Amino acid sequence: MAAQPYGLIATFDTPADVMHAAEKVRDAGYKSWDCITPFPIHGLDKAMGVKRSIVPRFSLAGGLIGFTTGMSMIWFMNSYDYPLIVGGKPFFSPLFAFPVSYELTILFTAFATIGGMFFLNRLPMHYHPVLKYDQIHRGMDDQFFIVIDSRDPKFNPTATRALLEKAGGKAITELEA
Amino acid sequence: MAHASDHAAPAVLNEIKPAELPRAKLVENDRSFAWITEKVCSIIEGKTPTWWWVCFILACFVASFTVAGITYLVATGVGVWGHANPVNWAWDIVNFVFWIGIGHAGTLISAILCLLRQKWRTSINRAAEAMTIFAVVCAAIFPVFHVGRVWFAWYLFPIPNANYIWQNFRSPLEWDVFAVSTYGTVSVLFWYVGLIPDLAVLRDRFFRAGNKLRSAIYGFFAMGWRGSNRHWSNYEMAYLILAGVSTPLVLSVHTIVSFDFAVSLLPGWHTTIFPPYFVAGAIFSGFGMVLTLMLPLRAIYRLEDLITQYHIDCMCKITLATGTIVGYAYGMEFFIAWYGANPYEGFAFINRAFGNYAWAYWIMIGCNVITPQFFWFRKVRENTWLVWVLSIFVNVGMWFERFVIIVTSLARDFLPSSWGYYSPSIVEIFTFFGTFGVFSVLFLLFIRFLPIMPMAEIKAVTPQADAHAGHGHDKH
Repeated sequence: MAAQPYGLIATFDTPADVMHAAEKVRDAGYKSWDCITPFPIHGLDKAMGVKRSIVPRFSLAGGLIGFTTGMSMIWFMNSYDYPLIVGGKPFFSPLFAFPVSYELTILFTAFATIGGMFFLNRLPMHYHPVLKYDQIHRGMDDQFFIVIDSRDPKFNPTATRALLEKAGGKAITELEA
Repeated sequence: MAHASDHAAPAVLNEIKPAELPRAKLVENDRSFAWITEKVCSIIEGKTPTWWWVCFILACFVASFTVAGITYLVATGVGVWGHANPVNWAWDIVNFVFWIGIGHAGTLISAILCLLRQKWRTSINRAAEAMTIFAVVCAAIFPVFHVGRVWFAWYLFPIPNANYIWQNFRSPLEWDVFAVSTYGTVSVLFWYVGLIPDLAVLRDRFFRAGNKLRSAIYGFFAMGWRGSNRHWSNYEMAYLILAGVSTPLVLSVHTIVSFDFAVSLLPGWHTTIFPPYFVAGAIFSGFGMVLTLMLPLRAIYRLEDLITQYHIDCMCKITLATGTIVGYAYGMEFFIAWYGANPYEGFAFINRAFGNYAWAYWIMIGCNVITPQFFWFRKVRENTWLVWVLSIFVNVGMWFERFVIIVTSLARDFLPSSWGYYSPSIVEIFTFFGTFGVFSVLFLLFIRFLPIMPMAEIKAVTPQADAHAGHGHDKH
């Protein structure tokens, strides 16, 4: 049995072209597809029907963990494990613990945000069928692509190709899996 | 009366008819996307220029002074520095605050200007962030070696040790450890996230040029980035949040650095104006350094289309604004010293301006208060050489600011019998001089091996990137 192709890729020359084509692909009901762009295009998320990113949930979790870590670490160290007498001050107060907890909040938020972004994007992924396309370097430079995955339930080699052609896609190519 | 269609604009605009000013272009000469990629990548792909080797070898030589100074210090003891009672903080802390302050402009450009949607940040943010990281590296050298026995520097971090005793978290010096290490880490993360799409560009270009090794190295760090819009969606959100957390971070770092002084009881240090005054000074000195670095880079690599006169104008104006805030703070310190009616505080300030270190004070005033005022004039801002020279004055002035704050207050403490006069030893001078070499080595490596401008971000602010404009055809 011949290997099923990964999908179809079509080329567009301008941000406006790829955006209008993306609206058509979205309206045709495809779910498993993507645009390849050299920079984020304002409004393309809406044209593709991509929902608002959930990265902030990771950030919030990271921030809360960071602040709690800071406060509990300082309480444990200066008040519980080895109560440290400094100028007759209380062993623990959230006031003097605040600056360090604040910094840890930011540190943990930053790690959680980046970790969350990588996790949601399933990166690092050094091997991907799209990266084998011989014109893919243009997608990092000055061209725009739409890729439709063959695993999409609506995928049909002829109908999908016709849709991309109608949407203005050029050089429509099958990607090997 | 205003028409229904423009009812959002105040009616008065129809009467006074304000002039229609064209929006400043961020990329001159309608450059295409491909031109931007080619321009930025060619800096890395071209043959190493001769000037680069000359500068690199010179920078390595200068950096060897730091290595020599530190080696001698570690082999002998911290007494080889000119510190003696009552001045036990001197050049080391001056240099630490100086370098940390320089870093702040990088984060301001990348984070605060991102939140304020200042699109002109795009062509300078990468180099400014690199500057931040390298400045933090230089800054960290000083407190680490000032602890005396550097092999115990890890006592600063909450790592269990054989003495079963933990750090004193009431101390602003301990806060500083967390502030600076968080700042360094988050700056690296922010910088790296920004680099990912550009590393993918280099990966593909080196692959096509047949350089498999460099392609693999850039590709490893590009994490398999493929420009997917579903990825961009999460990426942009993550970038925005990083900008959002870096903003309070950068403000807190110099605030906590100023706590090192403000939480003490020494006249001249114990003031509540310190946090905002330090932050403004840090941004002021940082923009001085950004101008010092970017103007030669712009000239060497012919980047006038990407770093336009508009960019230089914006940077000069921020330098002017923050420099004026710093000047205001100098005046306000004097006012409070008089108004507070504390004789020690009053003496500390009169001593600063007219005492043994008056020469340092007036250098500081000259460089920090007077120099930026030249930026009011368009003629000055348009003279690149003059801007560059003035930016050097800003750097010098901000070093002297920290010297004045730290040394004058310590040299004249409460007991006249312990008063002293501090001069640096040759070891301190070597160590500080060498940090400019350390910084230059790192910066030269950066411009040789990494894209000095964020290509994806610059493309996104060009007019043809606007998908709604409808006429954005890509010109070659």
